[in-house]
Amino acid sequence: MAEVVLSHLMKSFGPVAATQDVSMTVPDGAFVVLLGPSGAGKTTLLRLISGLDKPDAGSISIGGQDVARLTPAERNVAMVFQQYSLYPHLTVRQNLEFPLKSPVLRTPQAEIDSKVAKVAEVLRISHKLDNKATNLSGGEMQRVSIGRALVRNPSIYLMDEPLSSLDAKLRADLRIELKRIQSDLGATILYVTHDQIEAMTLATHVGVLDHGRLVQFGTPREIYESPLTLSVAQRLGQPRINALPANLFPGAPSGAATIALRPEHIRLGEGQEARVTRVERLGDQTRLHLRYQGHVLVTVADPQSRLEMGDAVAIRPENPLYFDPQGARIARKG
Amino acid sequence: MSAYSVTAPSRRSKLVAGALVLLYTVITLLPLLWIISTGFKTGPDSIAYPPKVFFSPSLEGYVNLFTSRTRATNEQLAEMPPPANWVDEIVRRRNEVITGPSRFGERFMNSVIIGFGSTFLSIFLGTLAAYAFSRFRVPLKDDLMFFILSTRMMPPIAVAIPIFLMFRGLGLSDTHLGMILLYTGVNISLAVWLLKGFIDEIPREYEEAALIDGYTRFQAFRKVVLPQAATGIASTAIFCLIFAWNEYAFAVLLTSGNAQTAPPFIPTIIGVGGQDWPAVAAGATLFLLPVMVFTILLRKHLLRGITFGAVRK
Repeated sequence: MAEVVLSHLMKSFGPVAATQDVSMTVPDGAFVVLLGPSGAGKTTLLRLISGLDKPDAGSISIGGQDVARLTPAERNVAMVFQQYSLYPHLTVRQNLEFPLKSPVLRTPQAEIDSKVAKVAEVLRISHKLDNKATNLSGGEMQRVSIGRALVRNPSIYLMDEPLSSLDAKLRADLRIELKRIQSDLGATILYVTHDQIEAMTLATHVGVLDHGRLVQFGTPREIYESPLTLSVAQRLGQPRINALPANLFPGAPSGAATIALRPEHIRLGEGQEARVTRVERLGDQTRLHLRYQGHVLVTVADPQSRLEMGDAVAIRPENPLYFDPQGARIARKG
Repeated sequence: MSAYSVTAPSRRSKLVAGALVLLYTVITLLPLLWIISTGFKTGPDSIAYPPKVFFSPSLEGYVNLFTSRTRATNEQLAEMPPPANWVDEIVRRRNEVITGPSRFGERFMNSVIIGFGSTFLSIFLGTLAAYAFSRFRVPLKDDLMFFILSTRMMPPIAVAIPIFLMFRGLGLSDTHLGMILLYTGVNISLAVWLLKGFIDEIPREYEEAALIDGYTRFQAFRKVVLPQAATGIASTAIFCLIFAWNEYAFAVLLTSGNAQTAPPFIPTIIGVGGQDWPAVAAGATLFLLPVMVFTILLRKHLLRGITFGAVRK
């Protein structure tokens, strides 16, 4: 395992700048989650680190060594692709053995067998080891694909939305498994996801990308509580943070264009009146869709809430976030 | 994956379809059957009118195909020692004696060497070129691909005279190497185009995964791309072999004594002492076999689906 340092990375595909001046340090043993909308450059960043793509400028070092001239094989990174790319002409076992048998590793057969058995156990694919890779369900393929990375002991694991195609139960199980691997083995993992729960539960650090730029890097808590920009604020939070014109509520600091309210920033039962337009009862919580001065807000009420469509409810912002017209955060006054 | 129709076909449509397939099979196979049966007829049976469907089989045609013979009088035959084997017997019954082997075996081997040699070379070069065109940023890629295709736009025989002169100048006339190069030259454009199509279908993710798994690009090509391109390689190889195996015009023009292939040789069998149809048919039958065997051996690959299901699109 090793620390990975990216410094001033640039990469363009034709006129599209996929990565713009990204500098980031993935500490040894950290679980770094990259968040960002589609096309923000998350996958590009993984490909640059793996060596599949070459940066136009900037440098990457893994474990203190500049890897610019190294091939993907020499970089000793493992990658789980978003599209589970199992070798279709091989069995599950051969797929898992493939990296161990590479000319770089040349693992003895006994060690291969024990590693493959262990990983198959963890991913619950032991009974499928002798199946053709194409005779698996999507979830099984993805597990094998993760397994192909886990059999190795690389400098860093690069994972591109590895759990996105799995069902909820398996996703929850594998999430715990990945976290365990990271904390037990001290593995360094760089992980791309859209899933907030994955980001919040797995990450020791979160990097938020937008249009190829690294907008903010910090602990999940920091990203959630003190987003530097509106777009970062919108990446985390279920339901999504409500962004409204700042002048809708009193008390906006000067220069504020947008007031952003997470459910915990909205106190129900005090202040201005809003109208309930829809109630979603999710069991553990109740989501309220409110109409306030022509704008829609979504917030959370307690599960036993008796509010119904058409009811009036008073709302008051509590420690909201303010952003200027460019979307940059305005520090709370006082 | 196999496809299933939503509704099972009715009994009647099954019968009609079956009858059509049977009819087509008969129409297609009848000439082939006629050639094969003629190979086992005697000379008179082969030209009998009305044609004989049932006849007593004879190996005369095959014996004639593989031997050169000379006529002998009854007195000469009587003075000879008794026939050494069944081949001698068949020949002597017609007042002939064997003077040696014919050149058919040699010509057949030439066809095998040149046909398979040029097929191997076309596939070898074609696969590498197709891979490069498919995966790398080649300057002027489209123009080069069009240039490669354009070499097939003119009928090859149109340049027969220049090629004849070139071959004479280079000492390639009537050599195996010359014919292999010529047939490879004709086949390579087809091979590159077909194989590029097949390799384009193989997602890059597989190679990228292999690169990260610790393999070099060439190892990834060999261990990941080649096995998946097997279907395409097999079908391309069959096309190449069929062309090289059946080619007649250049073989007549450029080969004679040393590297002559079977196609120009088989018709010459007719000329020797009357029209020996059984021998011609025997030659044609044997000539059919290698391509048939080759195709049957590769059938597994041809029938297998070209697309696999392991990459989510």
